Amino acid sequence: MATLTEVAIPASRRTVPAVELRGVSKCFRTRPGGPPWRRGAMVEKTALQALDMEMAVGAITGIIGVNGSGKSTLIRILATLMVPDTGTARIFGHDVVRDAGTVRRHINRVSVEAAFFKELSPWENLLYAARLYGAVDDARARAESVLRRLGLPGDAMDRPMKQLSRGQQQKVAIARSFLTSPSLLLMDEPTTGLDPHSKRDVQRLIAVLRDEREVTIVLCTHDLAEAEALCDRIVILEGGAVAADAPPAELCAGGGSLEDVFLRMTGHSIGDDTEDSS
Amino acid sequence: MSTAALRHEAGAFVGFLERQKNIYRRFWAWEAVWFVYSLVSVMSIGYLASGLEANGVAGSTGLRATQLYLLAGSMLWSYLSLVFMEVAYIVAWERWEGTIEYTFMAPVRRATHLLGICVFAVLYGMARTAAVVLVALLVFHVDLSHADLVAAAAVLAAATVPLIGMGILIAILPLLAPEKGEQMSTALQGLFLLVSGVYYPVTVLPLPLQAMGAVSPLTYTLSAIRDALLHRAHLGAVLPAIGLLVLMGALLIPVALWLFGLAERRAKRLGTLKRSG
Repeated sequence: MATLTEVAIPASRRTVPAVELRGVSKCFRTRPGGPPWRRGAMVEKTALQALDMEMAVGAITGIIGVNGSGKSTLIRILATLMVPDTGTARIFGHDVVRDAGTVRRHINRVSVEAAFFKELSPWENLLYAARLYGAVDDARARAESVLRRLGLPGDAMDRPMKQLSRGQQQKVAIARSFLTSPSLLLMDEPTTGLDPHSKRDVQRLIAVLRDEREVTIVLCTHDLAEAEALCDRIVILEGGAVAADAPPAELCAGGGSLEDVFLRMTGHSIGDDTEDSS
Repeated sequence: MSTAALRHEAGAFVGFLERQKNIYRRFWAWEAVWFVYSLVSVMSIGYLASGLEANGVAGSTGLRATQLYLLAGSMLWSYLSLVFMEVAYIVAWERWEGTIEYTFMAPVRRATHLLGICVFAVLYGMARTAAVVLVALLVFHVDLSHADLVAAAAVLAAATVPLIGMGILIAILPLLAPEKGEQMSTALQGLFLLVSGVYYPVTVLPLPLQAMGAVSPLTYTLSAIRDALLHRAHLGAVLPAIGLLVLMGALLIPVALWLFGLAERRAKRLGTLKRSG
């Protein structure tokens, strides 16, 4: 298992895209509540519409879109946590459904909510993750190094997670993902809800990953300035389909900010909510 | 599987044991409450037997046997239900904590994940039940002069195998039904209590329930352990029960793992892995 200081991507994998989507679609069906004899017909909600996409090794691809545009569904499919209805999704050439075990060795994820065993300390949570990924060697030193760079106080390492602030918990979540040295890091709104200082710390660390290591990052965000500053390329998702896909400079070439471009492409402000959890 | 892969799975297995140990250590107050609950349950059953004598329902000679019969059922049920629930909460607990997606996307075989949790539950269940047994023996002055403890322990060890399979089967329910799965697990546990002869011989049940009891490994566990404790059945005498329990486990575990895999794929297809309501 590669460590933080090693290049995480095997040479053989650099010839294929980090992420390759071909016709990936996902639709959720829900039935209204109530007793069985009173329930109506299934309600369908399309989360992704036959997406075709490639992401280059070592690049940061920003996925932006309002709530319900399909960002999290895409992340979950790439994380082997959801099966697409149609199409294929490959990570470094491995199919996320058929070769899920291999894919899992290459990926990790930071989600909007820092998911931890709240009674356990950051170290106990990190050690658990390190054991599952076979990355126990020097885990404590590596975790402390990342958390120091993120500005987490040293004494926080052994306090229960529930005593840490939301921003501190999110920093531990980022340390967890780095600890396992993923080749592909899936970041689903990692800075949402953080205070400006913590947000800057996290963004700085993502920039370090981009500049110093060959980690491919998929970054879902609502923060257009963050996307513009960190991403090599931006994909705007609207209703589960790609509304735009280009480097930030190219998207803004016609004049105006990324927010203007977003508004023009989707008809929404980034803060709008088109519902659901997809 | 290569040696490196085996070493990785072994490391992950240790990770699950360690995680559970840390959780229990942090929730020690809850565990103390559950210990008292187990103890109170077992003692209530013990005093039920004493009450039978006081009311003249059982003579003093029969009392000791009746008390041991009921206590054996109660203590075993205390152990079995603990293991059941710990295993059954594999999915529900992680949904509650919000960690389920992280555990399920880790590069670890599901069998390693499930067996890691099961083995911890069995070890913890044995330790807690041993403490309950100790207190019960002191309080009720249980007569073990007719007991073969080695045979009883052997049956208990063999019963662990199907118990793990049953636990994994129950753990599937919260995967299938995010909203009602936990309650269904509890209801199923109640069904096992009804048909497995925990507090009475299964022969007193109506035939359909007896038939259900016949496929429950708990029925054979309880029957063999009572034979060992009450009638000094030696190891040789309980060997058929041990063989049957191991055979049931050998069938149940792979089937349960396979069904869990199907349920996991279904949850990933429907997008219900994380949802809790």
